[in-house]
Amino acid sequence: MSHKEEFTMDNAEVELAKLRAAPITPKIRLQIPPQDMPVQDPVVRRSTMDEVALGYTPAQAMLEAERCLQCKNAPCIAGCPVRIDIPGFIGKIKEGDFLGASKIIKRTNLLPSICGRVCPQETQCQAPCTVGKALGSVEKAVQIGRLERFVADYERAQGAMEMPHVASPTGRKVAIVGAGPAGLTCAVDVRREGHEVTLFEAFHKPGGVMVYGIPEFRLPKVLVQSEAEVLESMGVDFELNFLVGRTRPLRALLSEDGYDAVFIGTGAGLPKFMNIPGENYVGVFSANEYLTRANLLKAYMRGVAGTPIYPSRRVAVLGGGNVAMDSARMALRLGAEEVHVLYRRTREEMPARAEEVAHAIEEGIIFDFLKSPTRVLGDDRGRVAALEVLSYELGEPDESGRRRPVAIRGSEQIIPFDTVIVAIGNESNPLISHTTPELKVDKHGHILVDEKQKTSIDIHMKNS
Amino acid sequence: MHGTHRIVSKTQLSEEVFRIEVEAPLVARERKAGQFVIVMYDEEYSERIPLTIADADPVRGTVTLIFQTVGASTHKLALKNPGDEIVLLGPLGNPTHIERFGWAVCVGGGIGLAPLYPIAKALKEAGNRVTVISGARTKDLLIMQNELAAIADDHIVVTDDGSFGRKALVTEPLKELCMLSPPPDIVVAIGPPIMMKFCAETTRPFGIKTIASLNTIMLDGTGMCGGCRVAIGDQTKFVCVDGPEFDAHLVDWNGMMMRLGTYKEIEKEAHDRCHLEMQIAQLKAHAADKEPAK
Repeated sequence: MSHKEEFTMDNAEVELAKLRAAPITPKIRLQIPPQDMPVQDPVVRRSTMDEVALGYTPAQAMLEAERCLQCKNAPCIAGCPVRIDIPGFIGKIKEGDFLGASKIIKRTNLLPSICGRVCPQETQCQAPCTVGKALGSVEKAVQIGRLERFVADYERAQGAMEMPHVASPTGRKVAIVGAGPAGLTCAVDVRREGHEVTLFEAFHKPGGVMVYGIPEFRLPKVLVQSEAEVLESMGVDFELNFLVGRTRPLRALLSEDGYDAVFIGTGAGLPKFMNIPGENYVGVFSANEYLTRANLLKAYMRGVAGTPIYPSRRVAVLGGGNVAMDSARMALRLGAEEVHVLYRRTREEMPARAEEVAHAIEEGIIFDFLKSPTRVLGDDRGRVAALEVLSYELGEPDESGRRRPVAIRGSEQIIPFDTVIVAIGNESNPLISHTTPELKVDKHGHILVDEKQKTSIDIHMKNS
Repeated sequence: MHGTHRIVSKTQLSEEVFRIEVEAPLVARERKAGQFVIVMYDEEYSERIPLTIADADPVRGTVTLIFQTVGASTHKLALKNPGDEIVLLGPLGNPTHIERFGWAVCVGGGIGLAPLYPIAKALKEAGNRVTVISGARTKDLLIMQNELAAIADDHIVVTDDGSFGRKALVTEPLKELCMLSPPPDIVVAIGPPIMMKFCAETTRPFGIKTIASLNTIMLDGTGMCGGCRVAIGDQTKFVCVDGPEFDAHLVDWNGMMMRLGTYKEIEKEAHDRCHLEMQIAQLKAHAADKEPAK
């Protein structure tokens, strides 16, 4: 591994020097290949929770930054949900001013080490990138996420974590429900304006899906923890093990506890199941359960952690998103001999990030495309023994634009498995709306808001 | 970051049963009969342990939890002492539906007597005639007896081994009550799954509405993991957000018991190790007590 790393490092330095020997035209920039990120050897990483992707070296980052055309209209910024000045920070990387790059990112995003790792860049900032468009593939876009991660890791390594400025106190108090990505981001923005902020979190650690769902090997928990600590040092108050709606009614926050506003960032936390026979057999898990055991509750530390994990040999993961990839790769690391991902469509239609799919394949995950289970078969002790699986073929495009999978009649086959992980998405968690009747929701349980994202609960109820 | 709660008192009720009082003013104020909490003995490696609330004192701001050391995690919880901080989240689940039914029979088995008490009390306060059937394997495991006797109109006590009260299973007196005319209007059963299953089978032929409180495997207690799911009639329900109480005649008891055994083998090994550790700790504490003061 170390040989490979040295090779890429040397190579990037040499390439960079060669490139900079003469003026760099846009044409030349388009000829620089996207820089791959060094990764742990697939065989080694199958049995460790350590992070898979190792990050760019400074030379690699500068070489990748040279690919950016610094477009005046900056389509990438429009693709970024928090509108980071992407050409601005990439420009600083080119100059070798990595801390300067970090400053620019942190104007609008305080969580770059996290976003750089887990944002779906290929559908956001990198999707409209001019370089990718010119080269005919989004995969060839400037690797904005990798650069963001590089800058964040560089800052951390320098011990130069900068504290965002907090405006003078406004005397206003804001309650934020849920310390996941939305809640943490909102907390930073609101605190910066000088308001008092309390984050309420049901779990015993802040981070939401970043601590219970996304595995250590993709997002080290120490990063989430340290981002939360930055918030704490800005004066954000964390109330952990606090379930708004149960520990305290939401309306009491407004009417009795003196909060002037409440932000609901409770996410989509009700796992969907397939609704096929046998789904309650022992050995069928929602991805949420499987990953929460393994990540937040550290079940991989057998003998130390109190939370057990199911001993699996042959695992079927149902679904084609990032959560399915995380579940499959986690099962492998926890000792499964063979892990299959069953997906109703093909690799093309998979919603998972391309990089995650590639990593999963490298690690030996087996993909069974155009397959979906019709029932779970159990043994006499009620444990999963096999799946009955139906094959599909792609038909006409559906409303999502993807070709609709059509079942092939009579194609059922029985495949032995001892564990099934259902990773087909989540619905909105009804807890907050059930315990807050005045909060209006639609038929899916999604909170109804106006054009300013305000819910049906009027702040004036505070005085009523 | 805030979020841990202090243990203010601890009492060992029998070899395996402990009562702890935990400072949690908001939970003490909000909780209603039938609800539960999730506790952790530490913030790093603890399992999340769902426990029913036996009692609460909104004035002192404390909740009372009674638990049996059935696994490694409850053993570790039992090693905590007054002054120690634990994680506590709650109150979780839906409160018991309380109304004036008429005659309510409350059946509790072993540790299930703890959560039964607030429900029996609430039913009594709502104007019901309340008959309590307390059952346990043996005399030592009968808990909450004074509290239950104080609110019950009639109190029937049974033990499996006859060491106290009548030598019988709870289903025997339950059946006798069901055969009376008029029969009970409602039965509430809380205890080991097998006991609740047989209570349901006992009342079923009489068509008496029967409620059971389920304690399944769960992680977050907020609907996120789905580990607690159980078939109720032809639907799958989550115990944490749809329950914990369900119509006992609709619960798929066999399925639920199979799911409860998911980690049986792993847990047995961890439990044996922990039980040994706890006994050693108790012996040491005992020896230290006996040592003359210096």
